Amino acid sequence: MSIKHHLTEGLIMGYSAGTLPEAFNLVIATHVSLCDECRALVESYDALGGAMLDTGATATMGSGALDATLALIAAADAETADAPCRDNAPRASGVFPAPLRDYVGGDLDAVKWRPAGGGVKQALLSTSKDATVRLIQIPAGAKVPDHGHQGTELTLVLQGAFRDETARFGRGDIEVADEELQHTPVAEEGETCICLAATDAPLKFKDLLPRMAQPFLRI
Amino acid sequence: MTTVNTEDPDWVACMHKIRAMRDQAAFVELFQHFAPRVKSFLLRSGASETLAEECTQEVMATVWRKAQLFDPARASVSTWIFTIARNRKIDALRKQRRPEPEDLPWGPEAEPDQADAMALQQETEKLGKAIAALPPKQRDLIERAYFGDLSHSEIAEQTGLPLGTIKSRIRLALDRLRHEMK
Repeated sequence: MSIKHHLTEGLIMGYSAGTLPEAFNLVIATHVSLCDECRALVESYDALGGAMLDTGATATMGSGALDATLALIAAADAETADAPCRDNAPRASGVFPAPLRDYVGGDLDAVKWRPAGGGVKQALLSTSKDATVRLIQIPAGAKVPDHGHQGTELTLVLQGAFRDETARFGRGDIEVADEELQHTPVAEEGETCICLAATDAPLKFKDLLPRMAQPFLRI
Repeated sequence: MTTVNTEDPDWVACMHKIRAMRDQAAFVELFQHFAPRVKSFLLRSGASETLAEECTQEVMATVWRKAQLFDPARASVSTWIFTIARNRKIDALRKQRRPEPEDLPWGPEAEPDQADAMALQQETEKLGKAIAALPPKQRDLIERAYFGDLSHSEIAEQTGLPLGTIKSRIRLALDRLRHEMK
């Protein structure tokens, strides 16, 4: 697989630091599952975090901290079911990488789609409220209406491909859009296009609209 | 307090002793170095004194319990502990789940390559020195990105961070893992 469109370093740093909304983290973890180039960069930023930790400030631990920790360890050891389980183990086949499968509760066939107009379907996934993430299904050859963006929007292709004024995006490719991008994505002929898209736009409305209206905006 | 200790004990060897022999003395050594740093990280991320203390103990207990998942060809011990502390922070402070990338397929040889591990550890050491030598302004920005809550749009595209060589190293280790599966 040849991935041409990658994450920005700002997003990778935020993912490594653990300061991004959960919805963004899900799209990033899913892209990284498919892209070793970005995985290496994420792990490099983790190394930066490690270096900051190692050379950073210290805080005094409580007097019984070590004993308390050893007690925690002993308690966990007593649970015989402590077999090493790799909960993010890869699967042989399927469209969704492990982190996405976790949120959907299965692969593509487990998604509960809702119509979104023009043959497009979507499914909102549940994350923390500071951003939203959804799966989008665009029929082959169909257009997504011309739209702009508020805040940042990440769109990751999982199946098929789409084109817009800027480029072609296939499986594994991620488009990072900000306020400046105004585009009309078109799904390529041949295969239904499935994307995972996250946006932090609702945050922008936080002060302008009553909180009650927010759920309606999370379409 | 900022300390740059160039004569750190061999943390990889400590991890090996914990993993292979459940060596408590090695763990105590690791605890004394890393627990105060993890606690400081959590405090600066907004945890109360009580929560930071409690979470630090849990992070260090995880270091022991998950010792077999530590891969010295892809991370130094401080990097690995940082990721555990970060995940605990997201869970306990931000009350969010942390989606992690799919694991790479493990080959028949689960033991990491010795030369890879050695090279990665050397790169990490160099990175630590390069970070310590950064101008205070740049270091401050990185600190705020990792320990404060600088949003991703506030994080200017970081150029000039010395991550190129360590990235190539990790990329090689990833390629090797992928290859072993074929």
